[in-house]
Amino acid sequence: MANIVIDNIRKSFGAFEALKGVSLTINDGEFVSLLGPSGCGKTTLLRIIAGLETATSGDISIGGRSVIGLPPKDRGLAMVFQNYAVFPHMTVYENVAFGLRMQKADDARVRKQVEKAAGLLHIEPYLERYPNKLSGGQRQRVAVARALAVEPAVLLMDEPLSNLDALLRLEMRTELKTVLQSAGTTTIYVTHDQTEAMGLSDRIAVVHDGRIEQVGTPVEIYNHPATRFVGGFIGNPPMNFITLPVRDGQVAIGQERFSVPASGGDIVLGLRGETVERAPAGQGLEMQVRVAEPMGSHLLLTGSILSQPARVILPATETVMNGETIGLTVDAKRVTWLSPENGVSYPAAA
Amino acid sequence: MSTVSNTGFISARRFLLWSGIVALCAWVLVPIYLVALGALGGRSGVYQWPKTVLPTGISLEPFLLFLRTEGVFQSFLNSLGAAGITVALSILLGAPAGYALARYNFRGKDSFRLLVLLTRAFPLAILALPLTVSFIRLGLYDTVVGVGLIHTVLALPFAALVTQGIFLGVPRELEEAAWVFGCTRIQAFFKIVAPLALPGLVATAVFAFVISWNEVFAASVLTVRNRTLTAYLLTVLSESPMHYRFAGGLLLILPSVVFIFAVRRYLFAIWGISSK
Repeated sequence: MANIVIDNIRKSFGAFEALKGVSLTINDGEFVSLLGPSGCGKTTLLRIIAGLETATSGDISIGGRSVIGLPPKDRGLAMVFQNYAVFPHMTVYENVAFGLRMQKADDARVRKQVEKAAGLLHIEPYLERYPNKLSGGQRQRVAVARALAVEPAVLLMDEPLSNLDALLRLEMRTELKTVLQSAGTTTIYVTHDQTEAMGLSDRIAVVHDGRIEQVGTPVEIYNHPATRFVGGFIGNPPMNFITLPVRDGQVAIGQERFSVPASGGDIVLGLRGETVERAPAGQGLEMQVRVAEPMGSHLLLTGSILSQPARVILPATETVMNGETIGLTVDAKRVTWLSPENGVSYPAAA
Repeated sequence: MSTVSNTGFISARRFLLWSGIVALCAWVLVPIYLVALGALGGRSGVYQWPKTVLPTGISLEPFLLFLRTEGVFQSFLNSLGAAGITVALSILLGAPAGYALARYNFRGKDSFRLLVLLTRAFPLAILALPLTVSFIRLGLYDTVVGVGLIHTVLALPFAALVTQGIFLGVPRELEEAAWVFGCTRIQAFFKIVAPLALPGLVATAVFAFVISWNEVFAASVLTVRNRTLTAYLLTVLSESPMHYRFAGGLLLILPSVVFIFAVRRYLFAIWGISSK
């Protein structure tokens, strides 16, 4: 039973400010991903939570107890490291048992817990082997089993799948989700891979430049990014941003008029590429298609809308030629409006 | 056709490999063998000409006689004592220094490393007189402990820098994993870092031992009666018969060879060659 409250954490390395005041509350049993590009501070935040790094200022409490100043071992958490950090001089069994042995658990409990964790991650056949006889994927399983064996209140994962090849990553992702769901552990998962974050998380915190840009469920973040950065970072292809002039609180798209949350000046239309449909000829939002790529499952179009670069996705059944100009129907309920000045989005219309 | 030339190529490679091995072994072993022959062959064996490849008339007698010579056994013990002190101190002081260099960033780290290295560049000969004077004052002159201390000074920079490399070779993540899973820093060091660094630490100890064992200058200057073996042999052998000199040489060579042979696996580890 442990929720995590991160309160205004700052961290500087010399003149460089890695974290610029991060606050985040993670509920008990929740799976939250810290998602962001490399160098955004997400790993630093995780290491501060683990106690491997000290924050310059701010507070972190786990299960209602402030852990600032506590060594990692007294924080009641387990961690899976990016390079697995499986102890090479111990058998798989001793690796998985390590945390329990440090807690001075008796042999019967150690055996029971190790077998349970090994069973969950399908590593029973390797328990007597040394890690150097295991593949990367197997070592990763050992690292996860070692973390789960102590039945931690909080599980921290630092890009645990980034060293695996693509196929294995997909397989481990599915498996992690199953295992962690049944364990019910509060989990913080650091990744730069949006598909991992989207697929695994209850909520995602998008980290950018030492700040949390948005916290929300994967669907919220995808459909209504809080900032231009989030919209551009999440989704493939990324969200299109098209600046449009506002007149009397309205924007004209093709023949249609959209009410927007601004009265004058410009506004940015945040448009997900797959939310549009093809409009009858001469209608809708006009797009000049430069390249049309049939991807099998869908048709990817790259070109420009109102001379601004854009990528949209149409069903595979459509046919579009390179250089063709087509019309697109925009669904008013599925767009995001952003301020052109600071890139922050307006609240979604109810 | 191609198979024939292929096998020819392989056998040529094998021939080169094995002749290389034989040459290297001979380079090391033949002198040791000749020294041993001289030491064990007695007075006649040394002057016998032409030399026989196979030992004739060999007996341990001359060697034992040499060992029984007054002062030899005692100086052997002195050498062991000085080397023991050197090993213990250079590991006890050098390994923590190496660990700090490997794990922490602090101001002046690079200058510190340079400074450590520079102590080796300072010629001992210049220090000989002041050292002798202060050792006499401190009551360390002509003692095994004094020699051990000087040898530690010689071995310590090496120990610090080599152990730094060894500790750098133990991934930091392993230590952090140990902390997360319930270890204090000290526990993590002894449970995770030390076992993984052990081969390198043993190799460092062996090097420290050999440095002390082979060192002759400081040992000669700083002792009169309690000489280490090298210093003792240096003064005694020039006026001894030939087979005595060989016996002394053998006694000097053997411990180093045996010691290094025993830990060769770990010595490979220090250079990053897998021991398997």
